[in-house]
Amino acid sequence: MKSSSALFITGLTLAASGCRQDMHNQPKYKPLAESQFFADHRSARPQIAGTVARGHLRIDAARYTGKMGDADITAFPFPITRADIERGQQRFNIYCSPCHGRVGDGNGQVVRRGFRQPPSYHIQRLKDAPVGHFFDVITNGYGSMPSYASRVPPDDRWRVIAYVRALQVSQGSTLNDVPADQRDHIEAQTISANGAQQPTNAPPANPAMPPQPGPGERR
Amino acid sequence: MAQIFHRGTNTISRVSIIGGVLLIGCIITAAYTIDRGSFNSDVAVVKEQPVPFSHKHHVSDDGIDCRYCHTSVETSHFAGLPATEVCMSCHSQIWANANILEPVRASWRTGESLAWTRVHDLPEFVYFNHSIHVNKGIGCASCHGRVDQMPLMFKVNTLYMNWCLDCHRQPEKYVRPKEQVFNMAYQPPANQLEFGKKLVAEYHIQKLTDCYTCHR
Ligand code: HEC
Ligand code: HEC
Ligand code: HEC
Ligand code: HEC
Ligand code: HEC
Ligand code: HEC
Repeated sequence: MKSSSALFITGLTLAASGCRQDMHNQPKYKPLAESQFFADHRSARPQIAGTVARGHLRIDAARYTGKMGDADITAFPFPITRADIERGQQRFNIYCSPCHGRVGDGNGQVVRRGFRQPPSYHIQRLKDAPVGHFFDVITNGYGSMPSYASRVPPDDRWRVIAYVRALQVSQGSTLNDVPADQRDHIEAQTISANGAQQPTNAPPANPAMPPQPGPGERR
Repeated sequence: MAQIFHRGTNTISRVSIIGGVLLIGCIITAAYTIDRGSFNSDVAVVKEQPVPFSHKHHVSDDGIDCRYCHTSVETSHFAGLPATEVCMSCHSQIWANANILEPVRASWRTGESLAWTRVHDLPEFVYFNHSIHVNKGIGCASCHGRVDQMPLMFKVNTLYMNWCLDCHRQPEKYVRPKEQVFNMAYQPPANQLEFGKKLVAEYHIQKLTDCYTCHR
């Protein structure tokens, strides 16, 4: 009797911990789940051509293609604020720095492992290139660089470009471009001898920033 | 009348009282261990994948941010898994002929999706949302562990209800500054509880323990 009840309890516990799947897998799709219904086994269906999702109407050509007619636009389609540049910096570090490096010199980790080296952003041709060209490169890819359109939404692309512009200015700048009250701070941080070089993993302070708020607001 | 039970029965009965208690204890412990253990919860179990993808290589060695691949983690309930196109953005040139990557190239050629096996899989009666956690200062590592040190992906926590509730009751134990969410190596300060309380107030974190938070 004793041993049979012990056996019973053991059995019950094992059974209880064993069969938990009844409501766990319901006949509904989680994102990217496999489907037996569609021929390509995808539950996520491709968009039908011409679909415009709510909030995705894009009639402002300059903002969403970077072009006016056939020419690349030369000015940002919306005013760039400090917050935009900071967002751009964050997005740049996520999506571009693996190849282009944190300072845009084209020396990212992935390049060091054998990926084709992109041009530095600090060459004259790219300094002169209109912002619309950068937008086009991010949207459609360029040579062996893939498109980032699916991962960087249009407004973020402009912010990334704003940050690239800031990098371009910062790399050519000298200590004299830094506001007087910040110079000590920079000097203390500088590792290389030429005075303008920043440690590569600390994003440079941006002299290209729009009108500065009070000194207290600098990082 | 003769004694029905032998004298020794006294000992047996004492032993069986203690033994019975011990036995029940053992069974409960065993059931608990089985329930929490990898047999049932799949903690620390590596699943078979079409390509042995290493987070250690890509995140620690190559310095790629989580969001490069898990793009929607900040904006949606679903973290997102990278499309084949994303792998190919690098592997069209790096390790371009490696056998290990043949499934990726095959998927690129044919347009068939790579079928990753889910490692974290909540039951379907539970609602979970990444964006709220990420935007309120809960780091990936608090739930997924040191992903950057995993050559192959495995689960670090059970994802059981008591695990979710432990944090929902006391978010101050785990919350971190928002800019540290993607930092895998973040070390909480020594005064985490105090610091956490400050962040909880600053980020307006509520203690969501109503059933309908997660069962809706
Ligand atoms: C996978 C590596 C990789 C990533 C990530 C990457 N690029 Fe590139 N990029 C390249 C390569 C390689 C080239 C050179 C292409 C060529 O000349 O064939 C390039 C070229 C460029 C150019 C120069 C185009 C020209 O006119 O010469 C710009 C601008 C650029 N990338 C911007 C970006 C931005 C912005 C991002 C982030 C959204 C980014 N790239 C992310 C690899 C990458
Ligand atoms: C180069 C692309 C890439 C990067 C960068 C990346 N992941 Fe992943 N991740 C993947 C792929 C592919 C999978 C699916 C294969 C697997 O589970 O091993 C995955 C799976 C996961 C899973 C398990 C999903 C499941 O099935 O439950 C978690 C959790 C995860 N990644 C977290 C992270 C975190 C945290 C980071 C940043 C530290 C990160 N990943 C960076 C590509 C990436
Ligand atoms: C941003 C560039 C990049 C992306 C995106 C990327 N990889 Fe890699 N991958 C690398 C680099 C660089 C290496 C070489 C690692 C090393 O040598 O340290 C590598 C190595 C590998 C290897 C070889 C074995 C190993 O772990 O070293 C596999 C397998 C692999 N990647 C799978 C994938 C898959 C699957 C994806 C898509 C989810 C992917 N990679 C996306 C850059 C990338
Ligand atoms: C509060 C805990 C928590 C945090 C924080 C968290 N995750 Fe998750 N993650 C989960 C759970 C739970 C699942 C399983 C979801 C499911 O089964 O529906 C999951 C699943 C995933 C998956 C598989 C795809 C999916 O969405 O189901 C990936 C990839 C992932 N997480 C990446 C990340 C990354 C990257 C971060 C940091 C930005 C992160 N997670 C932060 C708990 C968390
Ligand atoms: C490490 C801490 C932590 C863990 C673990 C955790 N959560 Fe949360 N969760 C939070 C915080 C913080 C919030 C934000 C509360 C608020 O809205 O102020 C939150 C919010 C939520 C919300 C509300 C989302 C909305 O849209 O209302 C859901 C649902 C949720 N969590 C589900 C889960 C589930 C399911 C698990 C377990 C698989 C889990 N959480 C584990 C910290 C955590
Ligand atoms: C923070 C999110 C969260 C909250 C709040 C929550 N649950 Fe759950 N619940 C879960 C998760 C996650 C699971 C799945 C655990 C697992 O994997 O077995 C679960 C599972 C369950 C199960 C099924 C257990 C099983 O194994 O089949 C029941 C019943 C349940 N919850 C009831 C409740 C009730 C009642 C409440 C309110 C008092 C509640 N839950 C509140 C997250 C939550």
